[in-house]
Amino acid sequence: MSNQEFTNYQEYTLTIFSENSIGLLNRITINFTKRKLNIESLTVSESAIKGVFKFTIVIICNHHTVENLVKQLEKQIDVIRAFYLTQDEILHQEIAMYKIETNALLETNEIEHIIRTYNARILEMTKEYTVIEKTGHKAETQELFEKLKPYGVLQFVRSGRVAITRLKQELLSSYLEKLEKQHRPAV
Amino acid sequence: METLAMEKLKELNQKTTRVSGSEALLLSLIAEQVTTIFGYPGGAIMPVYDKLMDFKDSLKHILTRHEQGAVHAAQGFARVSGRTGVCFATSGPGATNLITGIADAYMDSTPIVCITGQVGSHLIGSDAFQETDVVGISMPITKWNYQVTRAEEIPEAIAKAFYIAKSGRPGPVLIDITKDAMLQEMDFVYKPCNYIRSYIPVPLMKEEQLNRAAELINEAKKPLALIGQGVILAGAEKEVLAFLEKTGVPAAFTLLGLSAIPNDHPQHMGMLGMHGHAAPNIKTNDCDLLIGIGMRFDDRVTGKVSKYAKQAKIIHFELDKAEINKIVKVDAYVNGNVKETLPAVTAKLIKNSHKEWIDEFKIIREDEEKRVIKKELYPEGNKISMGEVFRVINEAVNGEAVLVTDVGQHQMMASRYFNFKNTRSWITSGGLGTMGFGLPAAMGAQFGAPEKTIISVSGDGGFQMTMQELGTIAYNRLPIKMIILNNNFLGMVRQWQELFFDERYSSTPISSPDFPVLASAYGIPGEMVKGRNDLKAAIQRMIQTPGAYLLEIKVVNKGNVFPMIPQGAAVNEVLFGDEKPSK
Repeated sequence: MSNQEFTNYQEYTLTIFSENSIGLLNRITINFTKRKLNIESLTVSESAIKGVFKFTIVIICNHHTVENLVKQLEKQIDVIRAFYLTQDEILHQEIAMYKIETNALLETNEIEHIIRTYNARILEMTKEYTVIEKTGHKAETQELFEKLKPYGVLQFVRSGRVAITRLKQELLSSYLEKLEKQHRPAV
Repeated sequence: METLAMEKLKELNQKTTRVSGSEALLLSLIAEQVTTIFGYPGGAIMPVYDKLMDFKDSLKHILTRHEQGAVHAAQGFARVSGRTGVCFATSGPGATNLITGIADAYMDSTPIVCITGQVGSHLIGSDAFQETDVVGISMPITKWNYQVTRAEEIPEAIAKAFYIAKSGRPGPVLIDITKDAMLQEMDFVYKPCNYIRSYIPVPLMKEEQLNRAAELINEAKKPLALIGQGVILAGAEKEVLAFLEKTGVPAAFTLLGLSAIPNDHPQHMGMLGMHGHAAPNIKTNDCDLLIGIGMRFDDRVTGKVSKYAKQAKIIHFELDKAEINKIVKVDAYVNGNVKETLPAVTAKLIKNSHKEWIDEFKIIREDEEKRVIKKELYPEGNKISMGEVFRVINEAVNGEAVLVTDVGQHQMMASRYFNFKNTRSWITSGGLGTMGFGLPAAMGAQFGAPEKTIISVSGDGGFQMTMQELGTIAYNRLPIKMIILNNNFLGMVRQWQELFFDERYSSTPISSPDFPVLASAYGIPGEMVKGRNDLKAAIQRMIQTPGAYLLEIKVVNKGNVFPMIPQGAAVNEVLFGDEKPSK
C-alpha cells in the first residue's frame, strides 16, 4: 500500500443511507469509536424516500481508514449504502445562529452592514436579544461569529453539515428497485 | 423430523391462534428446525422456561453450569454441524455472562442465536433488578441484535435472527425479549425470512473479477493458496480440492481452515501463522502469487504486514467485501461465495502442476522435521511432550474424531500434530483466543454430532476456567474424551516470558486440583498419566471406555512451541528454537 494511503490526512464527508431502526446510530458510531476516530460533525434526517434515513458525518482521517470504515458501515445489517466523498466532490452547508444583546446592536449602525455583508438574516428581535441566522461553510459562520463578538454573543450554535454530491450518482430509489429485482427470491 | 410440535406449527399456520409470547418464541425456534438449546434460567426468562415444559418432545434444553458454558456449547454445536447454535440466558448477569462467547463467535464467524430475557418493558431504563442494556453491550460484537418489547414482534425477530446468523458471512445474533412480551398473547403466524433489502449476504459474481483472477493464476510460476475457514463455512471443500488438483498449486491453511482437506493430501503444505509450519510461512515471501481463499489475513498469519509477500501478486477470494484490502492490498479479488466463485474460476484455468515449486516446500519441511518435529513427537527426555500426546492420539483414532481444544500451547501443538482427515473435525477458538472455550464447546459438539468421538484437549489453566461444565457432561452422560495436558504453568504466557521477558515468570506457575479425583466426584472415570510407558495404554482405555473419560497427562513443564514467528517479525523470520544454545 502506498505510504500516502496512511499519511495523507484529509476531511471526508460520509453519506450513509439506512433503515430507521432504534440503536442504529449507536451501531454506526461504534465503528468510529473502535478506530479512535473523532466525529467532526453528524447530521441525521429522513431522506427523500420515506423510511430511509440519511446520515452525514464529517471526519478527518487517511484514505486507508475511510475506505475500510465505509465498508464496515455498509456491512451493518440496517445500512443500505454508505459512501465517502472528498471536499471537491460535494456542496455542503451548515447553519449557525447567534444571540446578541439588542441594546449592543442598537448602539451602533453596523447591523445593516453585517446583515448585508454576511448574507445573514434576523430571525427574532426582542427588547433583550436579537437572533441572527446564517448558512454557509464553517469558516464563514465562524467569521461572522468573530465579527459579532465585540457586541457580546450570548449564545451561539452551529448545526452539523448537510451535503449533496456533485457526482452523477445513481439515485437511491433506483438502487433499491434494482435490489428488489435482483435479490428478491421467488416466493 | 416430524414431531408433535411441528405438526402443531403447521396447524397453527393454517389458522390464527392465540399463543403467549413464550410459546411464539418456542414455536418459532421449532420452525427454524432447532432441536437443542443450551441455557440457564433466571427471573426475566422464567415464562420461556415454564413453556419449555410443554415442548419436551421437540426441544431439548441443556442446563449448563454457567451461561458462558451455554454460549460456547452453542458455538461447538454450530461449528461441528454447520447448523445455527442456540442459547438462552436471563437478563443482567445471565446476559453479560454470554458476552465472551458472543465475541468469540463474532471473531470466528460462527452462526449462533442468543435469546436473553429482559426486565418488563415498563421497567426498562429504571435500573431495575437484573436490568442490563445487553443490546448496547453486545452491539459491537453481534452481526445484528434487537430488543423485543411486544409479543407480536417475536416471530419476525426470530426469523430475521436465523436468516442473518446463518446467511452470508455467519455470525452471532442476540434477541433480547422483555418479560411482559413473553407473557402477552398474540396471533401466531410464522414466515421464514429470506430477504432484507439493506443486507446483501452473497454478492453476485462479476465476470471481470473471475477473468482477472484466472489470468493471474494461469500466469503464475510459484503460486501459493491460503485456505481459510470460509471454505468450510461455505461447504466448498470439494470445490477447493478440484481447484487445487487442476492447478497443482500448493496449499497452506489458517488455524481455522484446518480440516478443510485431509492432511495427507500431497498439496497440503501445513499451517500458516505464528506457530505454523515453516515452509508455507517462508514461501509466502518467495512465491509470485498468493491466493487467499476464504481467509482474512489475520495478524497471526501475516506477521509484519509491511514485509508480507511484497514480491508477490495477491488475489483474494472473499465473501465479505469489508475484508478485501483491509490488511493487505490485493492485486485482484473475487467477491462472492467461494462455493460459486471457485468453480467458476477453476473452469477458466489451464491444467498445471508445480512439482518443482512444491519440492522447495519439502526441503524446508525436512529441515523442520529434523529441527523441531522429530524432537517433539519422539522426545528424548523422560517427561512426556505435548506433541507426542497427539502422535499417540493419531495412532488411536486415525483422524476419526472431532478434536476440540482450548487456547494456548496445547492448542498450537494440536493444530500442528493432529492428523486431520474430515472436514469440521476441528473446533478451536481462533480470533478471540478464549481460554475456557474447549470443554463447553466439546459439549456442544457432542450434541451436534452424537455419533462422533469428541476429544476435548485443554491445558491445566484453561480447564480450570470452565471445569464446572463437568456437571453438565456427567448429567447428560456425554461420552466426551477429556484430556488435560498439565505442565503446571500457563504455558504460552510462560513461553513468551522465557523468550521476551527475561524468564521472569510472573503469575504463570499455576496449581491444580487432582483432576481425575475431581472427575470422579462427578462420577466420571479417569486417570493420571505421568510416564511415557503408560501413555499409549491410557489413551486406548480412554477411547474404549464407554462414556466420558478424563485423562490428565503430566507433560514437560517448560516446553516451547516452535517454530515461531515472533510478534512484529516478518513471516519468513522463523525461529526453530535451536538458533542459540538453550538456557
